[in-house]
Amino acid sequence: MAVAIAEAPFHVLAVDDSVLDRKLIERLLKTSSFQVTTVDSGTKALEFLGLHDEDASISSVHADQLDVEVNVNLIITDYCMPGMTGYDLLKKIKESSSFRDIPVVIMSSENIPSRINRCLEEGANEFFLKPVRLSDMSKLKPHIMKSRCKEHCHQDEDLLSNSETNPTN
Amino acid sequence: MAAAALRAQLNALLANMFTTGMVDEQFQQLQSLQEDGGSASGFVAEVATLFIDDADRIIADIAALLDQPVVDFDKVDAHVHQLKGSSSSVGAQKVKLACMHFRQFYEAKSKEGCLMALALVRSEFCDVRNKFQTMMQLEQ
Repeated sequence: MAVAIAEAPFHVLAVDDSVLDRKLIERLLKTSSFQVTTVDSGTKALEFLGLHDEDASISSVHADQLDVEVNVNLIITDYCMPGMTGYDLLKKIKESSSFRDIPVVIMSSENIPSRINRCLEEGANEFFLKPVRLSDMSKLKPHIMKSRCKEHCHQDEDLLSNSETNPTN
Repeated sequence: MAAAALRAQLNALLANMFTTGMVDEQFQQLQSLQEDGGSASGFVAEVATLFIDDADRIIADIAALLDQPVVDFDKVDAHVHQLKGSSSSVGAQKVKLACMHFRQFYEAKSKEGCLMALALVRSEFCDVRNKFQTMMQLEQ
């Protein structure tokens, strides 16, 4: 019993400290029919998601929106950022029970295999070398569809047997 | 007609920027993301302006760092890295290459070398900035 997935555009949260790169990624995503929110730091990204970073002082920007469900289908983040790096952000997201299934893509201007592997091992779904191109955007949807499928499978399992402990894959 | 002449000038300018290697295929990517095909009030102009402002600031910051009695080469590294990123994203190839050339001097902690490298970055940046500004004027 396949549930029809809503036709609303997928929502991508883009994180980059460079205003130029934020402009670029926003354009690339919008051209590819994604809904986009851009933030300039990992801390702001966590704020937007409603997660709390113990180390940073959280502004009240998101406070009155805590009741609103933030629906983010994918997070794309720069690796090299002051303060919280993209890798740190990735870890925080993967540690969170509410957001660990959201696909995360890392962008970097440097092609360093150990860096790439570290990110992939931590759960990043994809690694883009900057400058990111329009053709890279087509790689995003498959990750979103896969994670939504996983989500729906989990929901179906829950419906079928609520009292049993579901084995995670 | 004046408009046709301006268009011809613009096309010649853009062609020149590509053939001299001042801009690379990333700039072409930006052009293809532009909706109306022009460069003035659109996406390309926005990005070019962001780059110009960013680079102006970074170059000034690096100059200030190199002016200190004790140079913080790590900060120089961070600034050059940032400029390399912006120039790469906008497709300003010669500026990007000048940034890559810079690396050996701050790694060697050579103030003299850094000053020379900065001069090259500044020179390449001035060239592309002038061309970008002309491009945006021609479109208006």
